[in-house]
Amino acid sequence: MSSENLWEVFVQSEDGAPHEHAGSVRAADRELALQNARDVYTRRGKVFSVWVVRADEIVATSPDERDCFFDPSNDKIYRHPQFYKVPRGVKGL
Amino acid sequence: MDQNAEFEARIARGETIEPKDWMPEDYKKQLIRMMSQHAHSEIVGMLPEGEWITRAPSLRRKKILLAKVQDEAGHGLYIYSGVETLGADRDSVTHDLLTGKAKYSSIFNYPTLTWADIGVIGWFVDGAAIVNQTMLAKCSYGPYARAMVRICKEENFHKKQGYELVAGLANGTKEQKEMAQDAVNRWWWPSLMMFGPSDKDSPNSPQLMKWKVKKESNDTLRQRFVNLTIPQANAINLTIPDPDLKFNQETGNWDFGEIDWTEFYEVLKGNGPCNKERLEARNKAFKNGEWVREAARVYAEKHNVQ
Repeated sequence: MSSENLWEVFVQSEDGAPHEHAGSVRAADRELALQNARDVYTRRGKVFSVWVVRADEIVATSPDERDCFFDPSNDKIYRHPQFYKVPRGVKGL
Repeated sequence: MDQNAEFEARIARGETIEPKDWMPEDYKKQLIRMMSQHAHSEIVGMLPEGEWITRAPSLRRKKILLAKVQDEAGHGLYIYSGVETLGADRDSVTHDLLTGKAKYSSIFNYPTLTWADIGVIGWFVDGAAIVNQTMLAKCSYGPYARAMVRICKEENFHKKQGYELVAGLANGTKEQKEMAQDAVNRWWWPSLMMFGPSDKDSPNSPQLMKWKVKKESNDTLRQRFVNLTIPQANAINLTIPDPDLKFNQETGNWDFGEIDWTEFYEVLKGNGPCNKERLEARNKAFKNGEWVREAARVYAEKHNVQ
């Protein structure tokens, strides 16, 4: 049992960019977690925003269920524009 | 297919292993050992250089050294964060360092006697670390590989500032040049030892390479470091303290002399010049930080902001 909570850190490098997972920090509360995240993961380069979230609050998929869990996304080719035929010469589709 | 065979197949296909994926207990154990040692090395590595922050000869140099030492703390924390993804308990990982149970890189058990040492550490020690970490950035374990990518990006400045410092001394007064040469003489061989035992005496290497945790052997990496460093030393007219050093036309490598492995194993066992001092410094820092951790904990409980 570790004495401080584990927080996952997400960094947004610039305006409009997605927040990306950078790593984690230990901290007693959310304010210290943000400060630690800044000191550990944003010492140089462009930084626009940082998120911290308690690691035990993250819900994630399990590797064992990967195939069946994501199966619905692989068998519907009509969700892709390449599935559809349009008359030759028609533009803007 | 059983889990182990499937794991081996994933490794063979060059896939990345992530924390929640199934992995052999021994893969996990070896990674925890290796990554903890690496994290401890970053943290203990702050000590020899930190001693010179108050004695840096200019504000420019002081700011550089502060930034570098702060980076080392950050690098230690990236890797501790990686170790935790394997289920290792952070407090017990720290405890293993403080009690001397866990190892860290032996290079940090040598003293920094002069200002030139600060330059040579950046040039040699960070230079050697970059060679090793560039290889580890392709490691099969995702969190370790990603931490290495982050570290490699930052560490190039460490090496370059060190070389610039040494080059300045090498082009300075007679005393400055002597000081630079003396630092090179003392740090060269311990730097070569940083890559670990020779391949024939490295018990963990074959398995780690099979798992693609390490992609190249200790001796291969050591040779790469030597080949990179010799021309850099020649460019600033400093001599590498090895009479057997000779360029091999056939292999394109710089052949070098035998490493004193007795010294390597003695320092590893705890008998180096600063082993005791380094552990004492870490224990003192941990003890002195207790009231801060305690205050943060109590504040969080009281304000219910955990």
